[in-house]
Amino acid sequence: MTHTVAFTVNGKPVVVSVADEQTPLLDVLRNELQLMGTRFGCGLEQCGCCIVLIDGKPEKSCTRLIGSVADHDVTTIEGIGTPEQPHPLQQAFLEEQAGQCGYCLSGILISAKALLDRNSSPSRAEIARALDDNLCRCGTHNRILRAVEKAAARLRERRHA
Amino acid sequence: MTSALPSMLADNPRLDRWVNFTSCGQVTISTGRVEIGQGVLTAMVQIAAEELDVAVERIAIRSGDTDVTPNEGYTAGSQSMQAGGVALRQACADVRALFLERAAHLLDCANAELSVQDGRILRAGMPTGHDYWSLATSVVLATEATGTGPRKSVSEYTVVGRDVARLDLPAKLFGQPTFIHDMNPDGMAHARVVRQPNRGAALLSVDEQAIRRVARGPIAFVRDGNFLAIVGDNETVVEAAAAAATSHVVWSGAERPAPLQQEAIWLRQRPVVDRIIGKPVTSEPSRGPTFEATYTRPYLAHASIAPSCGLAIYKDKHLTVWTHCQGVYPLRAALARALSLDPSAISVRHVQGPGCYGHNGADDAATDAAVIALRMPGRPIRVRWRRQDEFAFEPVSPAMVVKVRAKLDETGHPLDWTTEIWSGTHQGRPGGGANLLAAEALPNPPPIPAPIDVPEAAGGGATRNGEPLYDIPAKRIVHHLVTEVPRRTSALRGLGAMTNVFALECFTDELAERAGKDPVEYRLARLFDQRARRVIERVAAMADWPNQSQLANRGKGIGFARYKNRAAYAAVVVELEVEESIRLLHAWCAADVGLAVNPDAVINQLEGGMIQSASWVLKEQVRFDNDTAGPIDWESYPVLRFSEVPEIEIELLDADTDVPLGVGEATAGPTAAAIGNAVSRALGIRVRDLPLTRERMMAMLLAQ
Repeated sequence: MTHTVAFTVNGKPVVVSVADEQTPLLDVLRNELQLMGTRFGCGLEQCGCCIVLIDGKPEKSCTRLIGSVADHDVTTIEGIGTPEQPHPLQQAFLEEQAGQCGYCLSGILISAKALLDRNSSPSRAEIARALDDNLCRCGTHNRILRAVEKAAARLRERRHA
Repeated sequence: MTSALPSMLADNPRLDRWVNFTSCGQVTISTGRVEIGQGVLTAMVQIAAEELDVAVERIAIRSGDTDVTPNEGYTAGSQSMQAGGVALRQACADVRALFLERAAHLLDCANAELSVQDGRILRAGMPTGHDYWSLATSVVLATEATGTGPRKSVSEYTVVGRDVARLDLPAKLFGQPTFIHDMNPDGMAHARVVRQPNRGAALLSVDEQAIRRVARGPIAFVRDGNFLAIVGDNETVVEAAAAAATSHVVWSGAERPAPLQQEAIWLRQRPVVDRIIGKPVTSEPSRGPTFEATYTRPYLAHASIAPSCGLAIYKDKHLTVWTHCQGVYPLRAALARALSLDPSAISVRHVQGPGCYGHNGADDAATDAAVIALRMPGRPIRVRWRRQDEFAFEPVSPAMVVKVRAKLDETGHPLDWTTEIWSGTHQGRPGGGANLLAAEALPNPPPIPAPIDVPEAAGGGATRNGEPLYDIPAKRIVHHLVTEVPRRTSALRGLGAMTNVFALECFTDELAERAGKDPVEYRLARLFDQRARRVIERVAAMADWPNQSQLANRGKGIGFARYKNRAAYAAVVVELEVEESIRLLHAWCAADVGLAVNPDAVINQLEGGMIQSASWVLKEQVRFDNDTAGPIDWESYPVLRFSEVPEIEIELLDADTDVPLGVGEATAGPTAAAIGNAVSRALGIRVRDLPLTRERMMAMLLAQ
């Protein structure tokens, strides 16, 4: 028996059929919708690689069951910007060369977006705290913090322009 | 005529292995080095663009593919620029010279009149109508390098030495499929391996029905000897089955390490193979004040951000394996032995993965996929390890005990120095069919390899940086290779260097204190390598040394090393505060890396090494004293988080040289020592055993 779940991904309505409503959202994004940008890191809600926005809030998708996402809005890394129209965060990460292996970056960008959506002028310490749910093993932390600060400043300028 | 070739070029002399002009306006270069987050591909493109005089945008790069790229062994040991980059540079210079020779012949002019601008050949600065692509059919690159192509001098560089943006980063920032975990070829099956707990454990029974009930979807079992895998079309189903499987299989002969084995000091009473490097022990003077101290570091995990993954297909009697391991050729050789295939029947291709920092589970995951693929011909098989399995089964970095002893002269400086090291091997990479987990589970497992460590010619393993760079009349290393350790051990960033530099540089501070001298002055008094002196002097200035905070429980400490005593020089100062736990406030680093092909990427690597080392020092230990006999997740193996990372300033010192020095592992040791020395300064007590966790600091403070 299959279950049908309707929800919104990156602004587009989708309907997926899954054998099991217990399927994690992460598996649906990666294996059914071919959105590979959201990464599997631990499956234990501990590393932050799989963070997406659900109705604007950062949530770990590795244990979030698909059945609970019905009728909700999901935003993944693919939905925040493109190479042609990068989100200010993506632009700032490029300028600061804020990455090494890059595996953690999708989750970090999403966490940072959630922060900037609710706080347009976070301090360095506030940014760090907001990213404490995201692990980076390569040691790119300071570049990432600088990039988020830069993006926040750009977004503020844009609002005041 | 030939010149001495860089070693990697001598090993792979055919120029068309390195450079090709395949399609109009494009250059394809190849490297045996692979991208592991360090930016190596971008640096290689810069080198080729520079020596060939073509725009960066025209260059495509292939890396780590046994069908097409040079065999450069492993991407390890901070060797990619120092060995691989230098080889590619000479190959490109030779290629450029062949094209200019051909053009000169056609134009009936001297080579010296010609130059290249973005691939077009100019004569006295004017177009000739010739370019690399128009001449490509008449210049034979299927020829051996001579090493005679003139290379540019540093002063002519316009691309090398610039901060070219990382070529791999945009895809990662826009969430594009990048990693092996994202590969999803048609017809692919997902697989998980139910791991043999240890070599020799026997799989007695598998309750397939119980596992199928939990899976709630179709799965197949692949079983051969003690190798067991679960395969299916639906990853969620396969994962559920794998998660449940451990409680539905019965093993005999399963062992687990004892809690006391988790401490480095356990190594002291074990069987060893001994060596002495340097001055004989008998030369040690019998008189004079002697000072000694012992430092330890426990087992560490690579703790890659994601578990390992491998993909393989066996089709038309050819096995193709995709892997994020550090050496595609060595893995191919190991697979051939383990699976009884001819190497020519195997292709191994690198795809990016999560940062590995050494030998993690990547080779084993690739082997898992290969073993399953051979038993399911025609189907691509992707094996992704579970987080728990990466922690439980990847090779760990060996615990080490380092005892340092010095005989001092009347000024308090060493006359005679001994570094005595106990450690398991840092070299457990696959070879001869051994050191691959799946192979050990299959029938007729390969014999246990004789314990060896990395030879000194390759920088040493446990002995790496065991010899201080300071001017000391007599120095020696006594190396005790511990032959049986409770976990499989292998290479982690810097091998023995982190522990040795921690020991040597903390000991040096202890000697300075005994002599009543400032640690920087004390070091400089016995350091005659000018480049070493410069990084120490510079970092001292950056950190406002010797001024220390007047606040209680705060301190600055310094650490220095030249990695392997022949790669990059790095000096680090750390300022920290100790309350119940250690809070890092600020870190400074001055480094001399020789030629920095991409300075921003170098700084990124140096800083990453500092932060990773700080994480090792403050938090990390593979513990056996919990219910699971080892870490299983990020709670049982915590690493440094964003809020815990200090501000870091890094300066690269100008080095007028075209010789790049390996950087990726250069800062770990100095950072560890700087933290140790800063804690001592802050508290007035010496810490010699890592990690400096809250529990350990509390215990030390209470014992005071």
